[in-house]
Amino acid sequence: MSVKFLYFAWLREQTGISEEDISLPDNVATVADLIQWQRGRGPEFENAFELDDVIRVAIDQTHAAPETAIAGAREIAFFPPVTGG
Amino acid sequence: MLVFERDGEQPISKGVGFVIKVQKQDFDIGAEVKALTKGRTDIGAIVTFTGTVRDGGAENPLVSMTLEHYPGMTEGELARIEGEAQERWPLQASLIIHRYGELKPGENIVLVVTASRHRQAAFDAASYLMDFLKTNAPFWKKETGADGENWVAAKSSDDDALDKWAEDNQN
Repeated sequence: MSVKFLYFAWLREQTGISEEDISLPDNVATVADLIQWQRGRGPEFENAFELDDVIRVAIDQTHAAPETAIAGAREIAFFPPVTGG
Repeated sequence: MLVFERDGEQPISKGVGFVIKVQKQDFDIGAEVKALTKGRTDIGAIVTFTGTVRDGGAENPLVSMTLEHYPGMTEGELARIEGEAQERWPLQASLIIHRYGELKPGENIVLVVTASRHRQAAFDAASYLMDFLKTNAPFWKKETGADGENWVAAKSSDDDALDKWAEDNQN
């Protein structure tokens, strides 16, 4: 089952990707697993996802925690801490 | 009744009440307040907050600020936050407008309007909406100055501001 990944702000700039469709391996179960998986995709990803505390994830447009399960997600977004307002 | 609007398109459902707008274009505070409260006589207090683009100061003047956002999630989060404010305070109406795109120093970024029968709810809800918008609404600011572009970093003081809204802190 493929999932749409979205990237925003400097995460988009550093990975060079704004949107992609991904089929995730079964052993990627939580948001934390997913960030770890992202780090293994190459030097740009390792760099972009280096620091845990500046990576935020939303699953189907809802903020998710590291322990949140990603099963059933249709859209997963990766972004830095928000700075609106 | 919740009303969504993007870039001045027709709202999904008509009627005043609780409104969210995410748009590129500027807003007119007076016109928005007037539209929100038109025909209402049950409102005794209206509070507005406007966020604007601040310059960088003499040392690093700001040329422009660009706001990126996550279409879909922005409206969803603002609606969720507005819904929480409605649960918590007796509001007659509320409005959040947040712009995106390229903005210049001095320009409007965000408008929050709250209306209630008595003033305390309007003041508190407006403050709450801003604190939660700052920490949850998926917008990201990029500043362009003389030294180039840089992404604004989130502030821990914004996260800390949420503490005052914890239910057991309310007096």
